[in-house]
Amino acid sequence: MPHQQVKFYQTGTLTVGNRLLDKAQRTVQATMDRSNSLDSGHRACQGCGEALGARYAIDAAMRATDNQLIAANATGCLEVFTTPYPESAWRIPWMHSLFGNAPSVATGIAAALRVKGRQDVRVIAQGGDGGTTDIGFGALSGMFERNDDVLYICYDNQAYMNTGVQRSSATPGSARTATTMPLGAEPGADFDKGKNVPLIAMAHGIPYVATASVDRLHDLEAKVEKAMSIRGARYIQVFVPCPLGWGSKPADTVKVARLAVESGLYPLFEAEYGELTSATKIRRKVDVADYLKLQRRFAHTLKSETQLARLQAVADNNIRRFGLIDEQGE
Amino acid sequence: MNKPFAITLDVGSSLLNKTGSWRTERPVYLDRLPPCNNACPAGENIQAWLYHAEEGRYEQAWREIMKNNPFPAVMGRVCYHPCEKACNRVHLDDAVGINSVERFLGDQALREGWQVSPGEDSGKRVMVVGAGPAGLACAYHLRSLGHQVTVYEASAQAGGMVRYGIPKYRMPREKLKAEIRRIEEMGVEIVLNTRIDDIQSFQQANGFDAVFLAIGAQQPKRIEIPSDGSVQQLDAVGLLRTIEEEEHVSLRGRVVIYGGGNTAIDVARSAIRMGATQVTLLVYEAREKMPAHEMEIAEALEEGVEILPLRAIREIRDGRLKLEQMVDGEGQWPQASGQFESFPADLVIQALGQQVETDLLQGLVGARVEDDALQVDVEMKSGCEGIFAGGDMVPSARTVTTAIGHGKHAARSIDAWLRGEQYHKPVKHELVDIEKMNTWYYTDAPRTVRPMLDIVRRQSGFAEVVGDLDEINAAYEARRCMSCGNCFECDNCYGVCPDNAITKLGPGNRFEFKYDYCKGCGMCATECPCGAIKMESENI
Repeated sequence: MPHQQVKFYQTGTLTVGNRLLDKAQRTVQATMDRSNSLDSGHRACQGCGEALGARYAIDAAMRATDNQLIAANATGCLEVFTTPYPESAWRIPWMHSLFGNAPSVATGIAAALRVKGRQDVRVIAQGGDGGTTDIGFGALSGMFERNDDVLYICYDNQAYMNTGVQRSSATPGSARTATTMPLGAEPGADFDKGKNVPLIAMAHGIPYVATASVDRLHDLEAKVEKAMSIRGARYIQVFVPCPLGWGSKPADTVKVARLAVESGLYPLFEAEYGELTSATKIRRKVDVADYLKLQRRFAHTLKSETQLARLQAVADNNIRRFGLIDEQGE
Repeated sequence: MNKPFAITLDVGSSLLNKTGSWRTERPVYLDRLPPCNNACPAGENIQAWLYHAEEGRYEQAWREIMKNNPFPAVMGRVCYHPCEKACNRVHLDDAVGINSVERFLGDQALREGWQVSPGEDSGKRVMVVGAGPAGLACAYHLRSLGHQVTVYEASAQAGGMVRYGIPKYRMPREKLKAEIRRIEEMGVEIVLNTRIDDIQSFQQANGFDAVFLAIGAQQPKRIEIPSDGSVQQLDAVGLLRTIEEEEHVSLRGRVVIYGGGNTAIDVARSAIRMGATQVTLLVYEAREKMPAHEMEIAEALEEGVEILPLRAIREIRDGRLKLEQMVDGEGQWPQASGQFESFPADLVIQALGQQVETDLLQGLVGARVEDDALQVDVEMKSGCEGIFAGGDMVPSARTVTTAIGHGKHAARSIDAWLRGEQYHKPVKHELVDIEKMNTWYYTDAPRTVRPMLDIVRRQSGFAEVVGDLDEINAAYEARRCMSCGNCFECDNCYGVCPDNAITKLGPGNRFEFKYDYCKGCGMCATECPCGAIKMESENI
């Protein structure tokens, strides 16, 4: 009798684990011996996307480097909630100095390791979008142009959350923050401002740039693993919803991230030496409104047709520019 | 103090900080009742056996079925699978082909010769009357519980209506025989050609501790049609029995079947196979109100059966039927229209339902027969002490699956009664509907189409119509199960917890919350694909 030879795994690679997948195809997070680099007891808010993203990324980097990892951390939520001295939730060698100099500190660590001949120990620098795209931007650009052997991970929650939700250069147009209140004719943050650091990183021609999201674990881990297989300056920006700053339910953090990706507002892609090499396809496209309505920071946007249209245009432009939907569609 | 330069405090771990105290709601793992299990009249744990089948552990899957149903190869063919109608997967694409996987597992067991052992001897003896699905299921479960069982059957073969009412093209006899033989090999004795007229005296004379009655409903209901005798009339049950007992039965000419139920369809499809030139179903109800199952109707139409709905036969004269057209009354019985037509026929087969042979029950003190059925309580007890009953003879949907469920339920009640106890059905878990699930995670997968035998082959003989799934298809189909309400260890909760507050206990052992650290964000519950986590308020 004829039959179709199909590989079908019930939830494919969409869930964290899947007992029907080969062991090699399962995520680091699905393993019982994952390093839990960021351990319990940290003081992040309920449903913190950054805490989740940081454990995802650092655990993956730990496995990729056989646990030979040092991290430099910028000031920000990630530093404050993990390490109220002398207590720390980090289970890796970890160093905090200032808000703006994490890339330089990491450069120094990498230089010291090179001098000591420790090629096996790898260096990561990490911070939030404020420390990365604004305050630490000069140091970051320097690290890129020198092609220092550091992976910089930016956890992007689109504002300064630690200090009380002020706008950063990663805050999207129309979003409410403490400094971009929903007042006047164009409420919330301005459109046409801010910067796209992944594209700026690409412009430096560094070996590897990627964007990732906490809703797509397989994709995120693959990007970290790939980054750790490369020497030189690398940059990964991870989308991490912030329930407190965005006014979303703590239980919806992964869902909010998923809708950002599925709407096209947060394109996931990879680039090598300045060239785009891959884009993560949208699985089930949604309108931007589906994403916005879960967050109070966009409540006024849903009432403004012009703002809604501008955000939809941003999403549509991303879909076109990065090829987020296959020609034939899914 | 021996600390490095500028260091004044020992390094501490965040584990000292018990963030669980922040919580206002706590996540709790639970098993919810999948809709398939809820719909199964035999009470199968479908989700559980599909779970084993997904990984190719077919024997374990089969043993899970056998806990509730000793006839997977039979039910994988003749069950009308209410489970599939209830399946939550319809909200994504199409229901899981549960029935075809059950059939594959049933056949696999027969190929491999898997067997079930009887229970430890209880010293009790139970007599079962009727070797149909209810009686045999009851015997099987009683034997599993350690009782000695003898089944008495009036016919020459065991199987009841599965053998004498369901044609071979739906139920190949060797599969039925093999599954019955497996029950006999457990030590159940089946005595054929033995009709028992006085149940209680027979029980006493032979020293049985309890009795299970399952004689079915085998008497055809007939209506008198004024006739000059020019057209032969038969009844459906009798004809199906004749087909079963005699090798070659042939029909000629124009055959009319009067009735719109599953038996009518079985007879119509059999008539096609026996050489009738034209087979017409005259149905009293409107086409969409026919009681037969849609799938059966569709297959009958494919094979060339013609259906004339809203017709009543008023008279038979000169080789023709006088039909009155009926008008569909909204929600009521069809109404006579006063419009008549003439229809030529060589044979009329009445298929208007069956009734219970109640004569047998006359002598039972306390037994109550109402609405053509023996009344039983929730424990399947008749009013007569020590006599239990089930299957088509008690009020029920009169399907094979219901009968098998009755047999199981009665066996458990009898077992409790023999020990001087009462049987209580386990409390059902809360039902899981699609809103409690996160279907994003299930990958798209079209339903495997069961290979169908060539239409021509179907029409020319009694070969089985619906084909098998092979092993790859069966595993594929099983994997379409969404495991509604029951953890399938996808690791999502373990992964998405921002507080690392879940312990993975290893394959098969699921997970545990670390309530010392869980902040109660609820992400695990939102991202659980199958709805196996619930948030409960903390008492603060």
